Amino acid sequence: MEYFLIFISAIFVNNIVLSQFLGICPFLGVSKKISTAAGMGLAVTFVLTVAVIVTYALQTWVLNPYGLGYLQTILFILVIAGLVQMLETILKKVSPSLYQALGIFLPLITTNCCILGVSILVANATYNAQGLEPNLLTGVVYAIATSIGFALALIIFAGIREQLAKVRVPKSMEGMAIALITAGLLALAFMGFSGVDHGIAVAAGL
Amino acid sequence: MNYFKTIINGIVKENPTFVLLLGMCPTLATTTSAINGLGMGVATMFVLICSNTFISLLKNLIPDGVRIPCYIVVIASFVTLLQMLMQAYVPDLYKTLGIFIPLIVVNCIILGRAEAFAAKNNVFASICDGIGIGIGFTLALTLLGFVRELLGNGAVFGYRIVPESMNMLVFVLAPGAFITLGLLLAIVNSVKNRKA
Repeated sequence: MEYFLIFISAIFVNNIVLSQFLGICPFLGVSKKISTAAGMGLAVTFVLTVAVIVTYALQTWVLNPYGLGYLQTILFILVIAGLVQMLETILKKVSPSLYQALGIFLPLITTNCCILGVSILVANATYNAQGLEPNLLTGVVYAIATSIGFALALIIFAGIREQLAKVRVPKSMEGMAIALITAGLLALAFMGFSGVDHGIAVAAGL
Repeated sequence: MNYFKTIINGIVKENPTFVLLLGMCPTLATTTSAINGLGMGVATMFVLICSNTFISLLKNLIPDGVRIPCYIVVIASFVTLLQMLMQAYVPDLYKTLGIFIPLIVVNCIILGRAEAFAAKNNVFASICDGIGIGIGFTLALTLLGFVRELLGNGAVFGYRIVPESMNMLVFVLAPGAFITLGLLLAIVNSVKNRKA
């Protein structure tokens, strides 16, 4: 039940893009078509899950025992950059069709701040684990839930922008200005979910 | 004179927030008040100036094929330095800005300037570019924080000037960030269109 709560909370209540402001660049950059948005969402899910496992392991078995906590930022970004490169090479060999679908998004992911952000949140145990002890399992569940939330926000936003492209907007509002205001309204809609996780927790008797 | 032009260019013509539209995550997340926006802007400027200086000094030593990882290492080192300095001297601000301080590493402005400017120009020009872009970013963040704080909390730099009953809390919350930036961008665009 707690795992279900992590999902609800990370996807709807504390959506990574619309309420935590991580991963705004791809959210605004690759949201012109639903198909590319879905591809980006899938690539982020894949990379984020692997990155969280690797960085959590490094934090627990390398940084913490040797008192090297101050190297976290520099180590994590290098590991993520290497990981993305490695995944790209492996995918190319193992599954060319998946590489065709995700290939162009992978290089962009290194500088996607939601990967580094969520890795740091999980390694420092500063995310909402809904009363469970923050460990590798809850971290991975949180990472998957977060990336589903990212993909959901991205796909909804792409859908809206596809429609938006067909209407006339005032000249000075064209492009990014209207997109940002649309995102604001979407965030306002997602605010309607606030408190839902607490309600479910009470109803389930937690 | 040329260096002065580089600085002005970074503030106005290539303003990272309103013209280049880079580094949106910290722009939206940390501008709940003018002072937070200012803090984030200055922190980013520090890293930007240091990384621009170093990358421009090292540009002949770094092999072309591995330049991006090298830039990231340089940037990450300065971010780590900044984290330590902020923890020691401004712990409250460090706590408020939270995860967005380590995330300066993946701020596209810094890597973007390293690649587009510091790797091609001499040290002094690169420092000036860092100062210009840094001031442009800081001004944009402070302005955004100022508007959001005024509308959402009725305060300017923490001093309340509008009674609480007239506050629109939504501007301090997440949707307000998107809407305020969208409207500011529209104002900038309309000024630009009029000039042209």
